[in-house]
Amino acid sequence: MQLLFTILLDGLVYASYLFIVAAGLTIIFGVMKILNVAHGGFYAWGAYTAAYFIGSASEMGFPDWFGFLIIAGSALAVGIVLGLLIERIVLRRLYDHEEILIVLATFGVFLILEDLILLIFGVNPYFAYQPMVALGSVEVGGIFRDVYSLTLFGVALSVAAGSWWMLTRTRWGKLITAVIHDREMALIVGINVRRLFVVTFCAGAVLGALGGAYIAPTVSVAPGFAVDVIVLSFAVVVIGGMGSIPGALIGALLVGLLRALAVHKLPELELFVIFLVMSAVLIVRPEGLFAPAKARKI
Amino acid sequence: MKPNLLKLACVFGLAASTALNALPAAAKEEFKVGIVTFLSGPAAGPFGVPGHQGAELVIEAINAGELPAPYNTPGFAGARLAPIFVDEAGGNTKQVAEYRNLVQKQGVDAVIGYISSGSCLSVAPVAEELKTLTIIPVCGSPRLFEEGGKEYVFRTTGHAVGDGVAAALYVRDKFGDAPAYTGINQNYAWGQDSYKFFDLAMETINPDTKASDNPQFPKLFAGQFGTEISTLSLDKAPLVHSSFWDGDMEAFVLQANVRGFFRQKTFISTLGASAVDRLGKGFPEGVVIGTRGEYGLLVRDMDSPLNRWFVDHYKEKYGEYPLGPSYQYAQSILALKIAMDKAAEAVGGFPGQAQIIDALTGLEWDSFGGRISMTLGGGHQAVHPVGYGITGWNKDSGEPVATDVVFYPANCIMPPEGQTGIEWLEAGMPGASC
Repeated sequence: MQLLFTILLDGLVYASYLFIVAAGLTIIFGVMKILNVAHGGFYAWGAYTAAYFIGSASEMGFPDWFGFLIIAGSALAVGIVLGLLIERIVLRRLYDHEEILIVLATFGVFLILEDLILLIFGVNPYFAYQPMVALGSVEVGGIFRDVYSLTLFGVALSVAAGSWWMLTRTRWGKLITAVIHDREMALIVGINVRRLFVVTFCAGAVLGALGGAYIAPTVSVAPGFAVDVIVLSFAVVVIGGMGSIPGALIGALLVGLLRALAVHKLPELELFVIFLVMSAVLIVRPEGLFAPAKARKI
Repeated sequence: MKPNLLKLACVFGLAASTALNALPAAAKEEFKVGIVTFLSGPAAGPFGVPGHQGAELVIEAINAGELPAPYNTPGFAGARLAPIFVDEAGGNTKQVAEYRNLVQKQGVDAVIGYISSGSCLSVAPVAEELKTLTIIPVCGSPRLFEEGGKEYVFRTTGHAVGDGVAAALYVRDKFGDAPAYTGINQNYAWGQDSYKFFDLAMETINPDTKASDNPQFPKLFAGQFGTEISTLSLDKAPLVHSSFWDGDMEAFVLQANVRGFFRQKTFISTLGASAVDRLGKGFPEGVVIGTRGEYGLLVRDMDSPLNRWFVDHYKEKYGEYPLGPSYQYAQSILALKIAMDKAAEAVGGFPGQAQIIDALTGLEWDSFGGRISMTLGGGHQAVHPVGYGITGWNKDSGEPVATDVVFYPANCIMPPEGQTGIEWLEAGMPGASC
């Protein structure tokens, strides 16, 4: 029983992390039909910005809880600034080109973002453990857990609920749904698709940066640490169905729980389990579990 | 007449080439060396950059003739060493391409480098193919010389078998009554081999301490270890072995520390000493750490002239203490200098590569941390003592310290010539004198 509970909790923590990282990727794909490889760059920039300022704030004697404000601020600032810049400078010129060209362009942007990190932050790792240490640990199910990781649930749920509310209960959401359903028709009825693209891209970038900023206190923020994130979040998004928020949620839960089960019972399978799930889903449903329905065009 | 002329030409050619081999090469003002180390990626901070700094410091000092005696003659056989620094990040295929580029396009005289076992195992056959002197300062896989002798490749540090055996001996000496052990190691050749060596050494040295049936092997550079920490916490084994060495070590320590992991378990980290200085007060006390040799935190207060020079000058130049990889890279540079000076003396002029290789084979020398002997791998593989200590914190100086430091001699922790690490460990470490 204790083992089952531990697996469940470990799986949920990991799933929350995966969902936060994957949500931005799936939102951008859903609306803009762009597989944004630069997502890993947003993640890395979010992490570096948060780690840098948390470290500086700690040296300047700010209280540890201040780190949470820095995390939120870093995610917003990085997402909006990088999102706007990349959309304006790179993507806007490519909307009329083939999707593969746009993927290659975002890959180029990812490499530039990685190199800029080396240029600005150097190669030494940054540590920003103060917010994690400040929240301490709590005994759950017979073992100690850090409270910071448990707060990932809250962040993941907020992201899920916020996206759901935004897409289903606001005017912006309805416009976005119209664009997702049929971009050409949306243009014809007068929806400013370009403006929606900017907002969507920035929102996705903020989520990517939030993933990095929130995870920064738990890791050594070092060059190249975001590369795996693209692969992981891509797998989650493919499992759930590209462009679907509920799909990303279910995909993250599936991968998180199965990975926790593997680590506890069959550690040799840990590396393999995420791709096993992906392959199994793709065999049964090639478009993913929750791929949004597409209008049939004649 | 023609056949006779041909014979004559052949004989003359042979004689000339023999004579040329024995003669010194033309004197050089500059000796070009490719120095390969992680300059980016998660291994740069704890390993690559300290290695780069160690190499840079010693190259500058030797070029200027400022090392302490007996190494205070300027240059390498009188030549100035011109380093070309190359990034080890990017995978094995890239490293092979970079190596060929260094040798074939940039025309380096030698290559010193490689931290990751993946890199050194990929590059070594190419070094042999291109017949270029290559000195490996850090890479820890014993396979380097177990999979066939090498003519051009040398390794100036010990390997993972010594790490594992010394860790098992330290467990015997300090935690002899522990009932069981488990491990967390990266899921690739290095992590799996390291745990296997420790496991086999424990069977011989601590037969009453049982192995867990659920050791952990997370992905390299995974970064997130929450689930693994839970698994290890539920495991009843009080000892946890790990060969984590890069950003994973730091991430694991941060995540495990806040969960009180290090108060419940004795963590034995074979290469974790690099993380101690970097995390400072954030590194827990009571962790068993190693550095594969007389390096870094374990010898910080050792008062030999060479060590004092290295620690003081490194601190002055970079504002931080030298770590294990700093010593290891510095040691390789020093080995090259000694071999070149020795070869130059033997031939009475600037030595060629063959003469430098002769001088390096079986070389023994006093390095910054201690004495190194190239006694294995046909005189190409170094041995030296390997030690462990326990982390602590000096409140007065505000710096980490290592207490209970014990070094185990090379003839007790390394397999003899001609036997692989696994064969030796499985046979119960015959001939080990400890």
